[in-house]
Amino acid sequence: MSIDSVFVHKMWVDSELSKMVKGGVPFPMLSDAGGKVGTIYGVYDDDAGVETRGRFIIDPDGVVQGFEVLTPPVGRNVGETIRQIQAFQHVRNSEGTEAAPSGWSPGKMTLKPGPDLVGNVWKVWKTEMAFD
Amino acid sequence: MAEKLKVGCARPTGGPVGEPVETKPLEQPAIVKKEVTSMIKVGRKAPDFEAPAYLKGEFVSVKLSDYLGQWVVLCFYPGDFTFV
Repeated sequence: MSIDSVFVHKMWVDSELSKMVKGGVPFPMLSDAGGKVGTIYGVYDDDAGVETRGRFIIDPDGVVQGFEVLTPPVGRNVGETIRQIQAFQHVRNSEGTEAAPSGWSPGKMTLKPGPDLVGNVWKVWKTEMAFD
Repeated sequence: MAEKLKVGCARPTGGPVGEPVETKPLEQPAIVKKEVTSMIKVGRKAPDFEAPAYLKGEFVSVKLSDYLGQWVVLCFYPGDFTFV
């Protein structure tokens, strides 16, 4: 979503993005003229008149599970967004019985919060696990 | 004379220059611009919205709540044809 019109979105896909992604952008490119939606989401910079780089993960119930906002000159890490979604999906599927510790990615161990784990995380989770 | 702009990732914008335009003070006290502090909170509902969109050759209207039941990544960015 940006403040550009849908016509500009089309031209950007036709003239540039379709050369990076075969078939063009597969998801809706939203137009937010005036930054009304961006304002509600706290990412519209009304001095510059543009949206900042906000990214929101919204679950199937419409609840915001996470967000990140960057200033314009630095791009996002798409892999990290996907990892977070995988972690939120895993935790959701476990219906609250599991938690994804720092550095978790699919295949790594989760934590099972409960009285026995209090004060004992150090026995099952090692600092190296925070890193890939 | 037009001055060459430095090209960056933020979209260049302009504004009024020169003598400030005199404005008559309002008779009524000016309404204090309400600072919108509706910053999103995690664990709370994402505000619903409807917006025009471009999707695979078509112009469509997209409503966030139409995506209930699915995971959604909502991304904002400064502008088309910017670089990052």
